[in-house]
Amino acid sequence: MFGRSAPIAPLEYTRKLWMRSWVGLTLLFLYAPLLVLMIFSFNDSKRNVVWKGFTLKYYEKALNNDSLVEAMVNSLTIAFLATIVSLVIGALAAVMLWRFRFPLKGLVEGTISLPIIVPEICLGVAFLIFFAKVDWPTDLAWPLNLSAITIAHITFCFPFVAMVVRARLASFNKEEEEAAKDLGATEWQAFRDVLLPHIKPGLIAGALLAFTLSLDDFVITFFTSGPDTITFPVKVYSMVRFSVTPEVNAASTILIVLTVILTFIALKLQGVKGIAQTH
Amino acid sequence: MTETKQPIIQIRNVSKRFGKVTAVDNVSLDILAGEFFVLLGPSGCGKTTLLRMIAGFEMPTEGQIIIDGQDMSLVPPNKRPVNMVFQSYAVFPHMNVTDNVGYGLRIAGVGKAEIRERVQEALELVKLGGFEDRMPDQMSGGQRQRVALARSLVMRPKVLLLDEPLSALDAKLRAQMQFELSELQEKVGITFVTVTHDQDEALSMACRIAVVNKGEIAQLAPPSDLYEYPANRFVADFVGSVNIFEGKLTLDEPDRAAVECPGLGKVYLNHGVTGPHGADVWVALRPEKIYLHVPGEGKAIRAAAQDAPEGHNLARGTIKGMSYLGDITLYEIQLEGGQMIRVSRPNLSRHDQEDFTWDDKVSMHWRADSPVVLLS
Amino acid sequence: MAGALQDWKLQKKPFVAIATAPVFWLILFFVAPMAIVWLYSFGQNAGPADIDISGTLDNYKRATEWLYLSIFLKSFAVAALTTLICLIVGFPVAMAITFAAPKWRPWMLLGIMLPFWTNLLIRTYALMALMGTNGYMNKGLGGLWEGASWFRTLVGMQPLEAWTPVQLLYNNFAVVLGLVYVHLPFMVLPLYSALDRLDKSLIEASLDLGAGHFKTFMKVVVPLAAPGIVAGVMITLIPALGAYLTPDLMGGTDSQMIANVIERQFKRANDWPFGAALSFLLIYAMFILIALQSMRANKVKEAR
Repeated sequence: MFGRSAPIAPLEYTRKLWMRSWVGLTLLFLYAPLLVLMIFSFNDSKRNVVWKGFTLKYYEKALNNDSLVEAMVNSLTIAFLATIVSLVIGALAAVMLWRFRFPLKGLVEGTISLPIIVPEICLGVAFLIFFAKVDWPTDLAWPLNLSAITIAHITFCFPFVAMVVRARLASFNKEEEEAAKDLGATEWQAFRDVLLPHIKPGLIAGALLAFTLSLDDFVITFFTSGPDTITFPVKVYSMVRFSVTPEVNAASTILIVLTVILTFIALKLQGVKGIAQTH
Repeated sequence: MTETKQPIIQIRNVSKRFGKVTAVDNVSLDILAGEFFVLLGPSGCGKTTLLRMIAGFEMPTEGQIIIDGQDMSLVPPNKRPVNMVFQSYAVFPHMNVTDNVGYGLRIAGVGKAEIRERVQEALELVKLGGFEDRMPDQMSGGQRQRVALARSLVMRPKVLLLDEPLSALDAKLRAQMQFELSELQEKVGITFVTVTHDQDEALSMACRIAVVNKGEIAQLAPPSDLYEYPANRFVADFVGSVNIFEGKLTLDEPDRAAVECPGLGKVYLNHGVTGPHGADVWVALRPEKIYLHVPGEGKAIRAAAQDAPEGHNLARGTIKGMSYLGDITLYEIQLEGGQMIRVSRPNLSRHDQEDFTWDDKVSMHWRADSPVVLLS
Repeated sequence: MAGALQDWKLQKKPFVAIATAPVFWLILFFVAPMAIVWLYSFGQNAGPADIDISGTLDNYKRATEWLYLSIFLKSFAVAALTTLICLIVGFPVAMAITFAAPKWRPWMLLGIMLPFWTNLLIRTYALMALMGTNGYMNKGLGGLWEGASWFRTLVGMQPLEAWTPVQLLYNNFAVVLGLVYVHLPFMVLPLYSALDRLDKSLIEASLDLGAGHFKTFMKVVVPLAAPGIVAGVMITLIPALGAYLTPDLMGGTDSQMIANVIERQFKRANDWPFGAALSFLLIYAMFILIALQSMRANKVKEAR
């Protein structure tokens, strides 16, 4: 790249050295902690700093730690369920706001975006009180014992889905829907054949966002989880709080790798540009 | 093609209001079977609303639309025997050409073999043979429009509606498509109803044109009548280029008439206008119907005298601006009274544009059948 | 097209089919819980598990005591500082992405977004590991220290005393750094999308008319990117103000933020009504921020 160095044009800011160093340092700041964590999850030492040799024993330990595995399974289950329901409700909300004029629309629109704005801690508190007040049973069998957390997750995930899908809807050419009807399609056929394919990228992006948000959430889960339902972030939290073990490194690395894999699946599905546009 | 034509669309006293805005105001007109009908007007005049009411995407506030003898008031768009080519073409971006064109037939439950055959036929008709597997984003605007055309034609509609079909194309392609559209219409024999704001487009393609202004029909006539016999100032000005002068009707007999225009002079016509004597009228004079003379006045006076009384159909002025357009040259001339008049002159020989230049004093004349007297 | 929105009355069935689920969910699982919190904020503890909603304003009165007010102010200061640092760090990055070659742009964006998709707790934990007394940051500082010491001996001065690891964690510095680490992607993305929409020829015009790069940046780029800057500031400031995890894990006893105080009312002090009042004060603060922003946006719109 530096070999054929044409003079730097005025707007080629990215080719300027200070700009490059700045971006490089920022990326270093963002990635160094994660990379160090991942590398040292293979370190054969209780203390994290000095490299003592390669080992997989902490992965073995993490995977044999039943409560950690259970927390992981719980988290993935919740994320999966929350994503599906958020996707349906969020898409419906988006279509409702995009399509119709109805009384109190401003109020409904504002309220839908509220869960995005209200601080997590307040939402967590609200669910804590709500589930206590309605006496939500806490001793149900799996996976029903996750219902309270899942409901809470859906509540803060679906507005994000609605936002992403609505942004996608804004670029929809209504004449396409009219063309379908003009060619004989019913309301439902036009929706299925024209509108749905158009918002598909939005749905994928929304699903991805919901899944990540749900998997990521600590605060709200912390307040809604019963004594026996532990999710991955809550588990890691207690491990970090009370006894830092290299197992956390191993478990975290697994989750990071999972995130990266998910990201690349999304990339495959809609291309780098698509991902860039939806955020 | 010359059998007695029946109206295929009857629009009866149709009005459309959006809140307080009246988009279409009590319009009645018949569109005949097999004709190429154009709704022409400036943007926002209500022509598109009228078209969308025929398609069924807007419901009339008042009045009735009858297509092929059937009242359409309660018929949704997907059940109407008309199809539309949208301004944006609305080609489905996620389907290839074959699937796009076959969409309506699939919805209608037509058999696969027949779909294939009819799609092929439609694609040949719009000269898109060989494009079957293309996706819309791999095609040019003109090609996408052909897909939209084929998609509608394949349904064999009674009427094909086209919303500003050529507005998104570049000038060369537009001229070619104007020609192709008329040809296509003659070939398939389907009634075409087109909306456009472009007068060239309307004049070149239409059998009849309805000029729409502020939700009303300003004039309904074949293209040449519209140009040569505009009914009012709006039509005269909107269709083509025109000079308009205010005046008073001083003479009005069955075979001749005269108007006194303070800005232009005395105007003589070799036909009557049936307007009240002494009424305020307007005279419309097309730029290409005015002759320029060099230099001196003798020639102009002699030419004018051929079909008008002395002192009529003559004017003098100074050239204030000119633009050479290749085939013609346009002159902006300031008349002695101060008003500007536009004159166009064909460049019949290679040196014609050199005859006049800025600040030249010129005289003009026009023939007694050229001016049009407008009462409104 | 005009009249693009459909009146629900004209299409009652589809509307009901579409609207029921989201509206129902929103009311039952969002409005209802929030309403209960709101009511609780006017209540008082009547027994170990019993709250009497008496309409008292005591909770709000208590929240305005200096102890809590100072925590509010401090949370705000920390969030504002975090936002400022994110803006300073993020702007050049967003510029770099905007002016990068088209084929690199999505990958650079991905580079910024990938951490954002990584679990918040893991990121915080990773940063903590790096900042611990035995972490690499301390090692790096130690290296610098020894370098300085060696340099002093070189010029004939007394060497510095031996390096003792400093406590980087559990203080306000750690909280701000942690918040910046977590929120930086939030800032870069809206900045990028604003800069991306900016017509590049405007910058060229400014350079062409004789302004330097810095002047162009201040007089052309920043004003035109203002909506993106405001969006980035809001999107960073709001979650930073309500941050719980970072101050909890990385902060010391004196770096508690408002969210931590709220948490304590529920999990330890068991004073739910007071916690509810604090929650709603925090929500009101958010509302005020958003109202200020939309007022500004309206003003800009009117001015046009």
